[in-house]
Amino acid sequence: MQALKGVDFSLEAGEVHALVGENGAGKSTLVKILTGAVTADAGTITVGGQQYPALTPSLAKELGIGIVYQQPSVFGELTITENIALGVEGASVKGKIDWDSRKQRAEELLQSVGASIDCNRLASSLSLPEQQLVEIAKALGTDAKVLILDEPTASLSEVDAQHLFTLVRRLRAEGRSIIYISHRLEELFEIADRVTVLRDGQTITTQPICDLSRQELVRLMAGRELSQVFPKRGVPIGEKRITIAGIDLHAGEIVGMAGLVGAGRTELAQDVFFESSSEVAYLPEDRRKHGVIPEMSVSANITLASLQRFFLDFDAERQIAEAFREKLLLKTHSVESPVSTLSGGNQQKVAIARWLATGPGVLILDEPTQGVDVGAKSEIHRLMCDLAEQGMAILMISSELPEILGMSDRIAVMRQNRIVGIVDRADATQDKILSLMLGESE
Amino acid sequence: MNLRARAALAALVMILLVLGVAAPRFYEMANLRDLALNNIPVLITSIGMLLVLLIGRIDISVGSQFALCSMAVSISPPMAILAGGLAGTVNGFLCGWMGLPSIVVTLGTMVALRDAIRWSTQGAWIQLPTGFQWAGLSQEVGQILILILALVLVLVMGWALKNTGLLRFVYATGADEESARLAGIPVKYVRMLTFVAAGLFVGLAALLNALRFNEIQPSAGMGLELKAIAAVVVGGASIRGGRGTMLGTVIGVTLLGVIGAALTFLGISAYWEKAIQGVIILLAALAESLGERRAG
Repeated sequence: MQALKGVDFSLEAGEVHALVGENGAGKSTLVKILTGAVTADAGTITVGGQQYPALTPSLAKELGIGIVYQQPSVFGELTITENIALGVEGASVKGKIDWDSRKQRAEELLQSVGASIDCNRLASSLSLPEQQLVEIAKALGTDAKVLILDEPTASLSEVDAQHLFTLVRRLRAEGRSIIYISHRLEELFEIADRVTVLRDGQTITTQPICDLSRQELVRLMAGRELSQVFPKRGVPIGEKRITIAGIDLHAGEIVGMAGLVGAGRTELAQDVFFESSSEVAYLPEDRRKHGVIPEMSVSANITLASLQRFFLDFDAERQIAEAFREKLLLKTHSVESPVSTLSGGNQQKVAIARWLATGPGVLILDEPTQGVDVGAKSEIHRLMCDLAEQGMAILMISSELPEILGMSDRIAVMRQNRIVGIVDRADATQDKILSLMLGESE
Repeated sequence: MNLRARAALAALVMILLVLGVAAPRFYEMANLRDLALNNIPVLITSIGMLLVLLIGRIDISVGSQFALCSMAVSISPPMAILAGGLAGTVNGFLCGWMGLPSIVVTLGTMVALRDAIRWSTQGAWIQLPTGFQWAGLSQEVGQILILILALVLVLVMGWALKNTGLLRFVYATGADEESARLAGIPVKYVRMLTFVAAGLFVGLAALLNALRFNEIQPSAGMGLELKAIAAVVVGGASIRGGRGTMLGTVIGVTLLGVIGAALTFLGISAYWEKAIQGVIILLAALAESLGERRAG
């Protein structure tokens, strides 16, 4: 299958260049070509006036192209010093290693990204944002002139994201170029200079981001007008369904749960799921890991939590799967296809369908739109509204403040494993929620 | 059928053709019958091994369990199955319930059981009760019964792997344990039951094996784990769990059994058998990492 055709992408020194597009638009493929992970069938890459038909990973590194992946790929069992040394110099089998100078170098690099971390610590003991900083330090260690950040804020809280932006601006001031990939459009307007929109493997446009509005950008990505970013509907609130950590959840209500990464939201949700009756359904965070079982068929996945009697009933399974396929606009070749053949947004729909099939009264969604493209995102939001309308009580955990503000009837804020505040939709502002998350004001 | 199972089938057909030309005596009825009877314990053990591999674990203690169960036959035939279930419960509790690494746990049970048996028998053969052989039936009828029983077991398991909720839980657990847990599948029970089932299958294998003799060596079942793992893996099961079929396992067992017999018929030293089994495991592992990685 052709992933890219007619893509034209240029990067100036000292700019932050946003690369956007729905899932499957070709962003990852373009990045892979730049890092030498895959080779393009046609076209050339010009770096500093020199033309290359293709790059290899080592050539890309030599040319100063560094990448920080969405999920940091540190070696957990090695120390920070070892991680950085490995990333910068590669593994060498020759001679004795001079650990003192390496440690010094690692400390310098960490300082340059504004991290104060003990270099003797094991990478596995670091938080996700800290691991990310180590990755950036690693890239800077190879003197990367081009730094690719792939969904860097996907698992960062707002505060950590702000730290990252400060760092990105500083790197830009040093004359480095940054390719910034993100699904969070707000932050692009905050951080990027120019934006390139990819759709269906083609460049749609490259222009200064200040010339675009958010609405226009979404339209360019989707190729269609999205009337509303959050299709929130007012639904009459019904009877109480469940109490989670002191919060009463009512039928028809969407309660958003905000908090920094590590505030204990996922743990709370899983405790509720495992301790309460079958009425509660929990859609786990990180669909790719734990939401679906990729090898199994769409219908087996959808019925996994509901229709498991001793003897399987394939007709009933197919019927249920087909019903959800229609209801959720699930795009799949057939309900017998393995889930691994579906796109990310559609896999997420399968994960949701699995829980809807159990007929729950309470649905806990953990980061339901993380890493999902704009189109699928608003479909999932619309589905949440439909479900609320039908009397479901929904708890939505999200690290994306606009989503929390846009979708919730009430917002619960968690900090250090405690609920520190509950705010009504009418009173909620970004500042208010953020300061509760941080614990600045009481 | 995946690449490996198809390759195994192709290899099997090739060996059968070679035997047809070079040693047509291989196809004599008596030989085929003995070959089948000799390999039925391996086949039944492999069914249990398939389940264990499906949940992404391994059980290298099946050989020792086989000896234990064979000893238990001398007390009373149903005791064989009970002993297998008991050994499986120990493995299941440690690997399944407590979540310890199965390679270490079953290495422990393998050695502990084997040496306990060696100590208790002092190396003497285990005498089976008189009248036990062929369960008092004629040899002919007994042989046919064993073959039919094995065939039924294979058909039932092949059907059950696809059509029962419990075994779908086994596949789901092996494909992604955390995912299965979050789907509300009682992963711990599934893992535990799988090891217990593996033990029960070994018990049945030992029982059917013992039916053919009036005494059993205390070293019975040596190397059975290697054969069973090789058969299941050659048959296309994933060492990482979540993938594997009954048909593939039958092909794997048949291939290994035929290779063993072919060596004799082609005049090659039987000492090569284990070396060939080892190479086959390596080839299967290689095929898994090379050819079947495309998923995702």
